[in-house]
Amino acid sequence: MTNANVYTAALMEHNAHPDYKYEMDDPTHVHQGVNPSCGDDITLSLRVEDGIIDEAAFQGSGCAVSQASADIMADIITDKTPEEALELGKLFLAMIRGEVTSEEELAPLGEAAQLQGISRMPARVKCAELGWRTAMTMLADDLSK
Amino acid sequence: MVYTQRMANDLAINPFKQDFPLLAGNPQLTFLDSAATAQRPAGVLDAQRAFYETMNSNPLRGLYRLSVEATQAIEQVRGKVARFIGASSAEEIVFTRNASESLNILARQLGEMLLQPGDEVCISIMEHHSNLIPWQEACRRAGATLVYLRPNDDCKITPDEIAAKIGPRTKIVSITQVSNVLGVENDVRAIADAAHAVGALCLVDGAQSAPHIKVDVRELGCDAFVFSGHKLFAPMGVGVLWARAELLEQMPPFLTGGEMIDWVTETEAGWAPVPQKFEAGTQDAAGIAGLGAAIDYIEKVGHEVLEQRERALVAECTRRLAELPFIRLIGPAKPEDHVAVVSFNVCSVHPHDVASILDGHDVAIRAGHHCAQPLLAWMGIASCCRASFALYNDSSDIDRLVAGLQEVWNLFNG
Repeated sequence: MTNANVYTAALMEHNAHPDYKYEMDDPTHVHQGVNPSCGDDITLSLRVEDGIIDEAAFQGSGCAVSQASADIMADIITDKTPEEALELGKLFLAMIRGEVTSEEELAPLGEAAQLQGISRMPARVKCAELGWRTAMTMLADDLSK
Repeated sequence: MVYTQRMANDLAINPFKQDFPLLAGNPQLTFLDSAATAQRPAGVLDAQRAFYETMNSNPLRGLYRLSVEATQAIEQVRGKVARFIGASSAEEIVFTRNASESLNILARQLGEMLLQPGDEVCISIMEHHSNLIPWQEACRRAGATLVYLRPNDDCKITPDEIAAKIGPRTKIVSITQVSNVLGVENDVRAIADAAHAVGALCLVDGAQSAPHIKVDVRELGCDAFVFSGHKLFAPMGVGVLWARAELLEQMPPFLTGGEMIDWVTETEAGWAPVPQKFEAGTQDAAGIAGLGAAIDYIEKVGHEVLEQRERALVAECTRRLAELPFIRLIGPAKPEDHVAVVSFNVCSVHPHDVASILDGHDVAIRAGHHCAQPLLAWMGIASCCRASFALYNDSSDIDRLVAGLQEVWNLFNG
C-alpha cells in the first residue's frame, strides 16, 4: 500500500457529495481551469464583496482527486480575503510539491492537508492542483489590477 | 529450456518470469503495461553489459581489433533484425532511437520528396501520436491534406472504407499494424495493395505488432516498417526503420554529420551508402547488442508459444472483466481480435483514479489518452484504462487486476 491512503473516506465523500458543486447565481468572478491531458475541467465561481470571498462554487467533471480537492478548497477559501486565499494556495502547492511537510506549517490548510500524499504521486499533482490554480489565477489577476 | 504448448496455454504456470530480473525481484508486482514498455530478460542486460566490458570502442571508425569487433556486433544484429522481419537484406535496416524517430524520418523526407499541394496522406484514426503528428506537420508544410481511415463498430477498417479513402490524390499511406488502444490488427496487406494500386507508398507502424506477432514485411507488402526495441524486450533507445532498398536510396539523409558521409569538401559532401547514410553520429551500440539478444530470446521461446500465451492471457482477462458488471470493455468484441491489449473503463470512475488505486495494490496499468487523443475524441471518451500483456504475465496477474478493480468499485460505491 503506497498511495491508496489518498483515497480516504473524507475524499470519497467530497467527490460523491460535493457541497460546493453548483451554479452560483451572481458571481463576481468566473474562471475555467482544465487539464487537457486528463480531461479534468472545472469552472470556478466566486462572489467577492467588501474584500471578502463570500461564496465559492465550482462545476465540471474530472477525477475524484480533482473534484474533491476543488470542493475542499471552496470550503476553505470561503470567508477569507483574496490575499489570504492566495497565501493558502501557495501553501497548498508547496505541500503538493513536497516543499512543506510539517504538520504545524500545514495547519492553516485544514482538511486540504489530507491531500499531502499526492506529493508522492507525481502523475496526480495536476489533478489536486486544478481547483487551487484556477482560483489563484483569478485572484492574482484581480489583485494586480 | 524447451518451451512447450503447455507453457503457452496453462496460465497458472509461469516459466518466463524468472528470465526477467525486475519481475523476479518484485514478486508482489503485477505489471500490465508492456505496451508502454516491456521488461527486459537477463540475456538482454547481459549483452548490453558485455558490449561495454569486452568490445567497447567506436564502431565503424577504428582500424583496430576492438573497433572491428564492435562494428561486427552491430552488423550481426542488423542481419538478425532483417531475418526477424523478413527483409531481403541487412542493408535495408536502419537503426534509430525508436519507432517515433523512424516515423519522423519517413514523414520528413518522404513528405518533402513526394507531397505537392492538393495531395493526400492517408492514416487511420487509431494512430499513436507518433504516426500522426509527423504527418500533420508534413501535410502542413506541403499544403497536402491528411485523410483518416475510420474503423467500423467492431474496430475493423473495412474494404469499403479503404476504397473510399485511398484514391488518386493519395501519395502516402501510413498505418499502424496493431492499435495500442483497441488492440485490433489492421489488414495491412489490403491497405498496402490499395495504396500501390493508386501509386502511393504504404508505411507501417509496427511498434505494437513486432513484439507480439510474427512479422514478414514481404507478406505485408509494405514499403517501410518501423518498430521500437524497448517494447520488444530490448533496451530503451534503439529502434528500427526498415524500408525497401530503392526507397532508402532515394530518400535524402535526415541527420548529417559523422559516419554518414562518403567524402566531404569545404562546400559539399557525398553520402555513405545505405543504411549508414541514415545513421549519423555514434549509435547506441550496446543497445543494439541488447536488441540482438532480445530477438534471440523471442526466437528461443518461439513465436508460436509467445503468441499463444499472449492470446490466452487476453482471452482470460477479457472473460474475467466481462463478468464484472461495472466494467465497460473497449475494442473489438472478440478477445481473439485483441493483440496483447485489453482497454476498459470502470463505470463513472475516472481512469486516473482507477490506475492510482490499483497502484496501491501493486497493479501497474496505463490510464489516460494513450498518445491517441484523436481516437479517444472520436470514440467520445476522454481517457481509458489499459491492461497490456507479455508472455511473463500469468493468471495471478489477472486475479490481482480483477480483485483491484473490485476494490475500486467498492471504494466509489461503498
